[in-house]
Amino acid sequence: MTIDSWLQAAIADAARRGLPELKSALETLSRATTALRAADFNDHADVEQTADGRRQAPDGGRR
Amino acid sequence: MMTIEAFGRRLRAGEITSTQATEECLQRIEADNPRLNAFILVMAEEARRQAREADRELAAGRDRGALHGVPISLKDIFDVRGVPTTAASRVREGHVADRDAPAVAHLRQAGAVIIGKANLHEFAFGTTNEDSAFGPARNPHDPSRSPGGSSGGSAASVAAGMALASIGTDTGGSIRIPAAACGIVGLKPSLGEVSTDGVVPLSRTMDHVGPLAQSVTDACLVYHALLGDAHAMPPAPMPLHGLRLAVPRTYFCDLLDDEVRARFEASLDRLRAAGVHVDEIAIQHAADIGPVYLHIVLSDAAAYHASALESMAERYTPNVRMRLEMGRYLLAEDYVRALAGRDMLKREVDAALAQHDALILPSLPIPAPPLGASSVPVGKTTEPVRNVMLRLTQPFNVTGHPAIAIPSGQTSTGLPCSVQLVGSRAQTDALLKVALACEPQIMSADSPPRSGKVGG
Repeated sequence: MTIDSWLQAAIADAARRGLPELKSALETLSRATTALRAADFNDHADVEQTADGRRQAPDGGRR
Repeated sequence: MMTIEAFGRRLRAGEITSTQATEECLQRIEADNPRLNAFILVMAEEARRQAREADRELAAGRDRGALHGVPISLKDIFDVRGVPTTAASRVREGHVADRDAPAVAHLRQAGAVIIGKANLHEFAFGTTNEDSAFGPARNPHDPSRSPGGSSGGSAASVAAGMALASIGTDTGGSIRIPAAACGIVGLKPSLGEVSTDGVVPLSRTMDHVGPLAQSVTDACLVYHALLGDAHAMPPAPMPLHGLRLAVPRTYFCDLLDDEVRARFEASLDRLRAAGVHVDEIAIQHAADIGPVYLHIVLSDAAAYHASALESMAERYTPNVRMRLEMGRYLLAEDYVRALAGRDMLKREVDAALAQHDALILPSLPIPAPPLGASSVPVGKTTEPVRNVMLRLTQPFNVTGHPAIAIPSGQTSTGLPCSVQLVGSRAQTDALLKVALACEPQIMSADSPPRSGKVGG
């Protein structure tokens, strides 16, 4: 699930549950999740480890 | 208010009794608790009974060790048999503990007098102590400001002389942050050393139990009692000359209040002048700490609270409820990524400590913030209060390394500043040896008064 689709689903569910005020918190969380997915300690099945041992998220963490 | 160490000397010299010390604390509570709201429950009669028993035992030749007859407060997150464990939440209404938490049992075995249960940020899920079903605790140095959190009532109780020490929990900094904000010492031992059984959890993988006290020696005495070793003596300080400390400047010193920075640099200067070797090192993934911490703590907390969020959501304070609800939307794959980040950070902090006796950094980037503030100025920027308060402490909850906050002086407006030392995993005693050695250099001449009359 991409972060964008996760965020839209989470905001919609929060609104359905009567918690529209969660929207800004979820948006903040999505930025943290983007940073987490972009970190170079993650393994990715579709990315080779680079010569310096670092790994890059395929799309900068958006998926 | 005297330290535990000084109280013990006077107690055994027959100059004071536990009953007298306990009465003094109860008088301070009566005078100042209406203003500071440090306590949720004052156990006056039970404390008097325990103090009388401690005095009788000592007179009969039974000495339980350094905490014998010492009045101590407990964050109201620890189970104490026969009284409620509120966690500062209406969610816990009607709860009464049927047994002591092991940490509390160890304190009793050590002869401590439990004087009451201290206020906290609801369910320990916040850094300011503002969100409590019992109202905010206030900072003894300036009651318009936060005492820090989540163990804010604990820190206020010690700084104001209502107890000689307190027991708190630390999941992202909740011992060290309030210790720093209130000008006392706060020790987060290495992960898993002190039992968290009988303690309302926030994150079972990052919760730590430890002391808030007036000095490193006192913290050491309480720490050993929590382990069940009430007769342990504080270790000898390491020699300052030749001690090797490491400053992780990148990230950890990027965002500091100007006066906090000045106090930190002054502490480093005094340590260097005393013969300490201070290196600068880098923790490569330090900038990833926030996201890693957030994904772990939100997931762990949501798992514990999910049922109550469905059945009694209205009983939570609004901010804590929203924070817990966030955790219910996290994906398992991101939690696993956070665990990978935690492993990376553990290795990097281990490597930073391989050639050094401890890391040294500020405990809290800002002085105690005003109650009600959602953001604060830090240097040339403005930052959310919660993020900035967690910034320097949460890394060592993620990694589990022991860490201690030590007062380092005051700002021009009299608010405490604090320096943090971080030791190797499972080496809390070694960290305490370093802290005992460094405490006099870290504490400047204008360190907050330790008389117990803070804030009048």
